[in-house]
Amino acid sequence: MPDSLNPTAVSTASSLGQPVRFRGGGFTVKRHPWAALAAFAVLIALWEGASRLGLASPLFLPPPSAVGHALVGMVTDGSLWLNLKASLGRIAVGWVLGTAGGMLVGFAMGIFSTARAVGVPLVSAFFPIPKIALLPLFILWFGIGEPSKFATIGFGVFFPTVIATYSAIDQVPRNLIRMAQSFGLPWRSILRSIVLPGALPGILAGFRITASIALILVVAAEMIGAEYGIGAFVLMAGNLMQTDTLLAGVLVLSLLGLAIGTVLSQLERRLLNWR
Amino acid sequence: MRLLVSDLTHRYDDLTVLDGIDLTLAEGEILAVIGPSGCGKSTLLGIAGGIVAPSSGSIRVEGEVPDGCLNPITFIFQDFALLPWRSVEDNVGLVLEHHPLSAAERRERIDSGLRRMGLWEFRQALPKQLSGGMRQRVGIARALAVRPAMLLLDEPLSALDAQTRELLMDDFLELWRREKTTALYVTHNLDEALRLADRVCVLSRRPGRIRELVTIEEPRERRQEPSAQAHLAEVRDRLWHLMKAEAQMADREIARA
Repeated sequence: MPDSLNPTAVSTASSLGQPVRFRGGGFTVKRHPWAALAAFAVLIALWEGASRLGLASPLFLPPPSAVGHALVGMVTDGSLWLNLKASLGRIAVGWVLGTAGGMLVGFAMGIFSTARAVGVPLVSAFFPIPKIALLPLFILWFGIGEPSKFATIGFGVFFPTVIATYSAIDQVPRNLIRMAQSFGLPWRSILRSIVLPGALPGILAGFRITASIALILVVAAEMIGAEYGIGAFVLMAGNLMQTDTLLAGVLVLSLLGLAIGTVLSQLERRLLNWR
Repeated sequence: MRLLVSDLTHRYDDLTVLDGIDLTLAEGEILAVIGPSGCGKSTLLGIAGGIVAPSSGSIRVEGEVPDGCLNPITFIFQDFALLPWRSVEDNVGLVLEHHPLSAAERRERIDSGLRRMGLWEFRQALPKQLSGGMRQRVGIARALAVRPAMLLLDEPLSALDAQTRELLMDDFLELWRREKTTALYVTHNLDEALRLADRVCVLSRRPGRIRELVTIEEPRERRQEPSAQAHLAEVRDRLWHLMKAEAQMADREIARA
């Protein structure tokens, strides 16, 4: 039996001055702040190299330098801001409407058993519908203008918000509610002081999901009927075979997603500093 | 304030957890309730505190409510039940928010509870920054803020280490010496019961029935003295004898189920 497996080896090893072998490493998450940046840099370099060496057609996959150039062009000719403003406005209105409605219904379902009994089957039935499939219907109802786009985004955001909200209320520790009841706190105070802050982590996690959904839906809605917006811009560039401009639009969407994620992270850090 | 429990039975669906409990808790008395797991100790406390509705029987309180009492029957919880998003002083202040108190009185109640529990320096801290013992002190300060007439303590020391338990038992003793608050104290720990209680109620395995009510004759303040140890050891043996038989039978029943 090797010394490392022999239970009596400890005393023998120490008398011989042999160090104890470290066996506790691994299975822990370490921070590598530069790894992601390095990976991006390598990916971009490989892409640029492949283009320059003629391994990829610049018509179908333009090099990152061309995409960057197109992005600079978008900034200088003002099209970036024009399209971004239109998309951000649609996301903001649709997301706020969907979130407000979703939170209201989610709270009702989280608190009242009857609302939950009615709401769960309805949410289960409507949630899986791809919301973009409803855009033609919303166009019939609300016209080709902005309201149909708001409705698509709002509808897409509504159901995940409902689910996130009532699930978050279910996660509020019941012992805290019993404590409040035992001290005679009124129902409204329990809601305000315990249920709402207790559900906040789950609700904010839901925001992260619905922000991504809003971004996906705004692009899809803009591709169907919009003059301005990143979705319309990307579609137009594709139609004109301007793949560098198309990818610059996609890059803007990616950066927009990152920016929204960062804002939500800051919000979580601010509101959930007690965790 | 006195607590009168009469023919109390409680069922969760088909499962009877308490059966025919008759009990009187005298003014200023500390009654410890012990018994095997699942015998309905916490349910009894929940019913006494009005947060569990009994299946049958009655539970009443009698007597004067002291001046300034905002919540006559007040819980101290095993898991502390602190709001993690509120500071220590805001946790204590939570239970005063719905009472029409002046700002000065509210402040005085919070500060006095925090000072008595040695938490003044930590009033701005969040619960996550405190040790288990300090969290329970916040729970006690919160209970004191409403100036209760009766305390219901649900294994308040069971989540704490042995040293912290000792320190908090001293705090409880000091509290009772000053306030003479009636208390129903649920515990698994015979030593806590022997140190703190006037009487010990031993519940049988489920469904919980009163096996015996044991009076501890030795005055509370003398129980740490060597002369008291013989009597306490005798009571402890008797309680353990009662508990052990019930716990063994409960274990066998759980294994069979």
